[in-house]
Amino acid sequence: MTAGTAATTNQERSRSMWRAAVTLVVAALLYELVARSGYFPRVLVPSLSAVAQTLFALLIDGTLLRHSLATIYRVLFGLGLAVVVAVPLGILMARFRAVENFFLPLASALMPIPSLAWVPVFILWFGLGNTVAVLIVFYAATFPLLLNTWSGVRAVNPLWLRAAGAMGAGEQALFWKVIIPAAFPFIITGLRQSFLRAWIAVVGAEMLAASDFGLGWVIFDAKEFLNADVMMASLAVIGLIGFAFERLAFGALERATVLRWGMVRAAKG
Amino acid sequence: MQETTTVEMAPAGIAPATSREPWWRIVWRNAFPFLVLGAIWEIVAHAGLFPPRLFPTLETIASAFVRLMAAGILPHHIAETLLRLIAGFGLAAVAGIAIGIAMARLRLAEDVFLPLVSIGAPIPGIAYAPLFLLWFGLGSFSTILLVAFVSAFPIILNTWTGVKAVKEIWVRSALAMGADNRRLFHHVILPGALPYILTGLRLGLAQAWRILVGVEMLAAVSWGLGWLIFGAREFLNTDVMLAGVAVIGMIGFALEKLVFQRIENFTVVRWGMMT
Repeated sequence: MTAGTAATTNQERSRSMWRAAVTLVVAALLYELVARSGYFPRVLVPSLSAVAQTLFALLIDGTLLRHSLATIYRVLFGLGLAVVVAVPLGILMARFRAVENFFLPLASALMPIPSLAWVPVFILWFGLGNTVAVLIVFYAATFPLLLNTWSGVRAVNPLWLRAAGAMGAGEQALFWKVIIPAAFPFIITGLRQSFLRAWIAVVGAEMLAASDFGLGWVIFDAKEFLNADVMMASLAVIGLIGFAFERLAFGALERATVLRWGMVRAAKG
Repeated sequence: MQETTTVEMAPAGIAPATSREPWWRIVWRNAFPFLVLGAIWEIVAHAGLFPPRLFPTLETIASAFVRLMAAGILPHHIAETLLRLIAGFGLAAVAGIAIGIAMARLRLAEDVFLPLVSIGAPIPGIAYAPLFLLWFGLGSFSTILLVAFVSAFPIILNTWTGVKAVKEIWVRSALAMGADNRRLFHHVILPGALPYILTGLRLGLAQAWRILVGVEMLAAVSWGLGWLIFGAREFLNTDVMLAGVAVIGMIGFALEKLVFQRIENFTVVRWGMMT
């Protein structure tokens, strides 16, 4: 989605937008035809208008908003914890050999375990509810951030370090003015990957750990009552929030830091 | 699905070995953190701070592992989980590579699939699980289908990018040397796109693995590692759960190290596409 689009002209872009719109309309029409044909039960394959109605109703009475806020709160809490732990640890790992020797084997052993596998264990340890979801998010988000920070700090151009040293930068200035900005593109990439994993983990944890709030729980609960329209409405909301975070939040973060510092060029279309 | 286009993540390897080090130093260095962690675990477990049912000692976990292995229960769970993984991932690989190549080569396919993929990809796969269960029933079939669906996205996007990224000059020189469409595809486009395709497969497999365990818990399959740990919760069998988590970790590690690094060495590295 990002590669190669930089070269397309505006005209070409508007044409491809138009084509995409046509495709989506055709797909929606096909789905609507299938839904209205009566071949499948209504409750299982609701028509798009029914889904839209449900979505609207749930948005108006605030239920969807409340659940979304609960989910976002869990993700941000877990992601925040991961940032607080993983970024300093990643920097330490890159700067000190002993720290790297200790934590790298642990990280490579723990990383292949999917975060959702821990859900039943965490439920036993911490009970149902918020704690489990936050900790699962933390587990899912930590490793990409840790490994990216680690390789980012290691990948700092040694020429820059020598140049800064030659210009008389102290240890502290070196750290804050050279190492951190240089590692930042990697850290942001890590944060993006972390968010994607966290977003999956939170939905799964909410389904399994059945606290009575959160979008994952709404979907899971709707299954019991055969409310396919509610499920699709929340799916749409989950997709939208994830997309918004990815594009708006991380895009803004990138513009405020690495783009402004000139670390990466704005090549994204 | 930013993950697909950003830089490949740092290889999560064993700490890089400096060449002069004797092998036992390397083993010791990598084992040391686990010994420390294990010792801390043992101390906490034996101290009786937590009920032993919830926080079993390492001996208990190991004996649960041995017991389940000997009874053939654990191998059965592992086999079923791996079968689902292979079936789902195989489906995703075939469909994903086909769709990705079609998207890159045919304008119409790109117009049809790109919007659909762009909308489907950002939704976390596990969120579809209840819908799939509703449509296709509880059990293996839904699980495999969902795993295939979820892991197809990174494969499609990477294949598409890879085929598009094949250097125009290679294609033109092959054509100038008289290659027909089939030869062009086999000898230029496929090898040229393969590093991307392999990255896509790798991401897809990782994604399939992460989702599969969760879906097994939701889909009430009768065998499978996810179900093993989820079911053990009902009986407070924390030792069984932790043994299951350990097995899941080992399989995940083996998938990454044994399967993909081998494939990469045999293909793209040998062809000189990547070092």
